[in-house]
Amino acid sequence: MGLFIAQLLTGLANAATLFLVASGLSLIFGVTRIVNFAHGSFYMLGAFVGYSLMQVLPGAVGFWASVLLTGLIVGLIGVIVEMLVLRPVYRAPELFQLVATFGVILVIQDLTLMIWGAEDVLGPRAPGLKGIVRIMDEPVPTYDLALIALTPFVLFALWYLISRTRLGVLVRAATQDREMVAALGVNQAWLFTGVFFLGAGMAGLGGAIQLPKGGADLLMDFNILAAIFVVVVIGGMGSLPGAYIAAVLISVLNVFGVSYLPQSTLVLMFVVMAVVLTIRPYGLLGREEVVGEHGQVGEPERPIKPASGRARMMVGVLLVLLLALPMTGSHFLVILITDIIIFCLFAASLHFLLGLGGLVSFGHAAFFGGGAYVAGLLVIHAEAPMELAFLLAPLGAGLLAVIIGWLCLRLTGVYFAMLTLAMAQLLWSLVFQWDEFTGGDDGLVDVWPAGWLSEANSYFYFTAIVGVGGIILLRHIAHSPFGYALRASRDSQRQAEATGINTKRIQWMAFTLAGAMAGVAGALFVFSKGSVFPNEMEIAKSFDGLIVVFLGGVKTLSGGVVGAATLELVKDYLTRFEYWRLALGLLIIAVVVLAPYGIVGSFRKLFDRYRQPSEPETVAAESRQ
Amino acid sequence: MVAVFSQRVMGMLELSGVNSFYGKAHILRDLSFSIQAGEVVSLLGRNGAGKTTTVKTIMQLVRPDSGSVSFQGESLTRLPTHRVAKLGIGYVPEERRIFTDLTISENLEVGRQPPREGVFEWTEEILFDLFPNLAERRNNRGKALSGGEQQMLSIARTLMGNPRLLLLDEPSEGIAPVIVEQMAQTILKLKAEGLPVLLSEQNLHFARIVSDRAVIIEGGLKKYDGSFAELEAQPEIRDAYLSV
Repeated sequence: MGLFIAQLLTGLANAATLFLVASGLSLIFGVTRIVNFAHGSFYMLGAFVGYSLMQVLPGAVGFWASVLLTGLIVGLIGVIVEMLVLRPVYRAPELFQLVATFGVILVIQDLTLMIWGAEDVLGPRAPGLKGIVRIMDEPVPTYDLALIALTPFVLFALWYLISRTRLGVLVRAATQDREMVAALGVNQAWLFTGVFFLGAGMAGLGGAIQLPKGGADLLMDFNILAAIFVVVVIGGMGSLPGAYIAAVLISVLNVFGVSYLPQSTLVLMFVVMAVVLTIRPYGLLGREEVVGEHGQVGEPERPIKPASGRARMMVGVLLVLLLALPMTGSHFLVILITDIIIFCLFAASLHFLLGLGGLVSFGHAAFFGGGAYVAGLLVIHAEAPMELAFLLAPLGAGLLAVIIGWLCLRLTGVYFAMLTLAMAQLLWSLVFQWDEFTGGDDGLVDVWPAGWLSEANSYFYFTAIVGVGGIILLRHIAHSPFGYALRASRDSQRQAEATGINTKRIQWMAFTLAGAMAGVAGALFVFSKGSVFPNEMEIAKSFDGLIVVFLGGVKTLSGGVVGAATLELVKDYLTRFEYWRLALGLLIIAVVVLAPYGIVGSFRKLFDRYRQPSEPETVAAESRQ
Repeated sequence: MVAVFSQRVMGMLELSGVNSFYGKAHILRDLSFSIQAGEVVSLLGRNGAGKTTTVKTIMQLVRPDSGSVSFQGESLTRLPTHRVAKLGIGYVPEERRIFTDLTISENLEVGRQPPREGVFEWTEEILFDLFPNLAERRNNRGKALSGGEQQMLSIARTLMGNPRLLLLDEPSEGIAPVIVEQMAQTILKLKAEGLPVLLSEQNLHFARIVSDRAVIIEGGLKKYDGSFAELEAQPEIRDAYLSV
């Protein structure tokens, strides 16, 4: 009984941090509609900044002053990010801002590395709260009790701010209809900045306040990201009490999980989320998202046309060049291009889902990794020949997509995106923690292709044929009746339903197809490397996919492929430098700010302007915003 | 241009040669008209004539491609929308766009702006006197209101900003005749307070009761600008541009 209570208290104490960080994310999303992926980075900054301040400011007063100052400083960093990175792209196509926040993650990662170094930092104990209290003979840290006592006050302060002050009223009004708020004389740019300050500041506070329990390291940003997404989604987007309940639920379950089911700690959180969302699709205290509310700006879609003769010829020339590549004799180049083709196929499958289906999945790496693991496991455990494993990999990934798609497609918009992320994390944690079957962290090694493909050159040809074939197949499907139905479901679900299209079924099929294609890419990957590790299905991999699709241009067919090829080449070059993340992050931000329609989309706009000078109005109207 | 302006008094609100687009569609074509202080003007025309675009162009929710919009001698063109509102132009949108998750009092709070010199200072209590239906339900959420009540709330919310000029976009649309009658009384009260109004309308009967002057547009072009009495004398204009 004593142990039980002690564990409950530990869980409640852990919930304090989780709640602070998650409610900041929820607040930012509510008003700006931006899913701020850099939120984990603000949390990490909070830990490091707090650590440095605590070194300087002594005593109990110094400790708590450091915590508050950290919130202020990280809040101001959030303001800088909002003003420099996000303001220029508020008018860009929906979700494009995501990519900008990816860039911010990379920049903050390297800046943190530069300033604080790669060593983990042990947090100082809180002065005056260093001891333990015995509750039913079980030791409970005093600091935990302090956190537990503090959290309701934070919750109350936030609740008061949001529901009882003018700022809160404006924030809630802007959550619903930003344009109308502006038309009533409120400068929403400053409202956004204010909300960003508050949200980032809370993440910073969360980072500082957990120092005595944890510390600071460079993996904190991604480590907390999945957890806060889960908390926000379980609690219901935009609901503070919901976030609190969810934070407590997750933290307490986690503590019990560690003691009773240590193999399941990572999985547990996502199981809870899946259960909650199955019963309450919009979270415990959330409300249904209304699609197409006011304040959404967007341009009419440009119809996608089959490739013209000239385009076909250009692609043909490129293919011939590709096939002639091994003749250069450069082993390095052959390997590099093999990697690029695999990544292009992965990106093309995500682009199919995102661009044509309008289904923004945050967890597409699940199927890439899924395909790779299915092939790898078949080879390792069933001693299957490579050919059979290669055929079964897309089937396995497709089957995963059937199940995950069924679960996720009941939701829409950001809930859908979050649930796909959670599902991918669930799969990742399964692979990561199931040592005896998947090899866990050590991955699967010695998964080599059959004899006839063992040469790098022959495997390159194999990859080129399968990869390019897959991309062409996806493109072909885009122009098939199925592709039309899919685009119709994206553009107007209601209208599509009225013409007799079963939109959910079409989307489910598209999800499955995209998953299977990602599985093909995964199978190509595992045999080209001879191994696969859990990081092939982690969040960062899904984000890579999203980055290239958005950077390439969501609304263009070739966007995914162009983006993937560009990013792989740039990465290959940049990773030679020590601070490549900083460079890549800045580059991504620059592309987002300068080319808000993606690489292909922006080139096309430039081309249109050059070709049709008689239509300045749309271009002019946009450049003015 | 200067010569044209010098011939008459500069209006409180002045649109001059405005061209507005939605994407590639040319909606307003060289539209010019003005509103004088204390005047209620009806902007009439069929569906798709460009009434809403005109109102949105004044608010800079739609950016005109050419031409100018000025208010009390200050150019509004390219001003951010919130600055237009800050200058004292109150906007009541066609779809009402009340904040359904907020209570009625909170909706009014969003619209509140500091008092303006020389302008009637509205308070929640005065507005509840004007719209008694809202008073009873001040702590209800916006979504609990009927269409007519939502329209009242939308107007009240805008009045909380103590506007110097009110833009009403099709307030009678989809509203029960009894409520339209009530609304006409409200607008007349506002007029008596000296608040100028631009009323975009399809309901000619309603427009005639409350306004001094009519501006008729069709396909984004101005077709008529004058008194209702003169309009009555020219039934062919009414038949050509207003009758369905």
